[in-house]
Amino acid sequence: MFTLKDVRYRDIVDIPHLEIPSGKVTCIVGRSGSGKTTTLRMLNRMISPDTGTIIYKGTPISEIDPVRLRRQVVMLPQTPVMFDGTIRDNLLIGLEFSEREPVPDDALHRVLEIMDLRKELEDDAATLSGGEKQRVALGRILVMRPDAALLDEPSSALDEGTERAVIGRLADAARERGVTVVMVTHSRPLAEAVADHLVEIEAGRVVTTNGVERA
Amino acid sequence: MNGIIDISIPQLALTFVYVAAVILIIRRMGIPREMQILTASLRMTIQLIIAGYVLLYLFDYRSIWTILLVLLVMETFAVHTAIRRVNVALSSMLKRIIAVAIPAGSLLSLAFFLFVVVGDDSWRDPRYVVPLAGMIVGNAMTGVALGANRLVDGIKSRRAMVETALMLGATPKVASRQVVRNAFDAALLPTINSMVSIGIVALPGMMTGQILAGVSPLIAIRYQIAIMLGIMGSVAFSVLILVEWGSRTFFNDEAQLVD
Repeated sequence: MFTLKDVRYRDIVDIPHLEIPSGKVTCIVGRSGSGKTTTLRMLNRMISPDTGTIIYKGTPISEIDPVRLRRQVVMLPQTPVMFDGTIRDNLLIGLEFSEREPVPDDALHRVLEIMDLRKELEDDAATLSGGEKQRVALGRILVMRPDAALLDEPSSALDEGTERAVIGRLADAARERGVTVVMVTHSRPLAEAVADHLVEIEAGRVVTTNGVERA
Repeated sequence: MNGIIDISIPQLALTFVYVAAVILIIRRMGIPREMQILTASLRMTIQLIIAGYVLLYLFDYRSIWTILLVLLVMETFAVHTAIRRVNVALSSMLKRIIAVAIPAGSLLSLAFFLFVVVGDDSWRDPRYVVPLAGMIVGNAMTGVALGANRLVDGIKSRRAMVETALMLGATPKVASRQVVRNAFDAALLPTINSMVSIGIVALPGMMTGQILAGVSPLIAIRYQIAIMLGIMGSVAFSVLILVEWGSRTFFNDEAQLVD
């Protein structure tokens, strides 16, 4: 789905070549400061590489309108953001932003089930805990059914007990819906548990893919 | 009683005795503000004396060119003051937008007021143009300074929210919608508040002046109503230009939030 060729961003990222397969869950692992988030942000043009090309479905992303690209390749930031309103408003806001029709409540209830969030759609989003907000933010992306979802540390506010279960169910739901997932995490065990494809980054360079060392 | 009682220079000087009393009292109380009060009082007096003579000159020479010159000076001063009043760093693009927003909004309101509401030959009479322009431009200046502060602050403090919206496919306009609305509200609030309390809590300066000069309160209120609406329009248009164009300066061509 994505091909990175000679991509450089300041002295943070330097990737000669990387393929991210379509319809799969790809996890990018590495220590903090290794360039994971920067790489992720380049995939939907939240930032642009200094040099090199990123190809999405055969077209360089620099040739795709950034807003149109982000409606197909949506991103979840590391710190989940809730907008004013209820859980329903927050689950639907991605559709509103991308100028699409809202979905009925039963679709939203299904998303809450996947996220294991026992809350009412009318509940005020501001009253949720950090972990609950993160689940709503993840649910918001499932509701959008994008071509690709870029998730930056999606389990950072979840406790260890629920982390694996929630992210596992999210990965399954994404595979069912044909959503390509690119997930950044510092947790190798989590990545190994949910990923179809594993990329390890160190100091802005890809060191292994699926455990195979890069030259 | 017709006309106005003249205040003689010695009588006016008595007001400084009053200021001296205020300074004495606050000094006794140990509040170190006497210099500020004194400087502000003197500065105000000198500025108004100059303004009085300038106005006298303008009213004698009813030339359209001097009116235009006064408007130019007012607008330039308003733009500079508004930029100086913003406590946050402004990009050069935002400064340029302020330089367009204040004149555009205020001149539109002034033109409407002079040509449509008052009519007649008021547009070429400095007695109408200068004081009305002063009020309209002054309020636009305050509104734009407030709006610019809130706009820059809002984008900073709501950066995560704006970015999340972009990540979910929002256009920059939609992503910054809330910040833009907040800035507009903050800028317009003082004008709305003064409209709400006017005539109950305080009589506005222009109306007081007209009444003191012997004009019927019923005529004075007509002018006051019209000028308040003119001020509101001027502030609203100026701030609208500021927030609509200004919010775009926070994004680049790639719909990314710039640093």
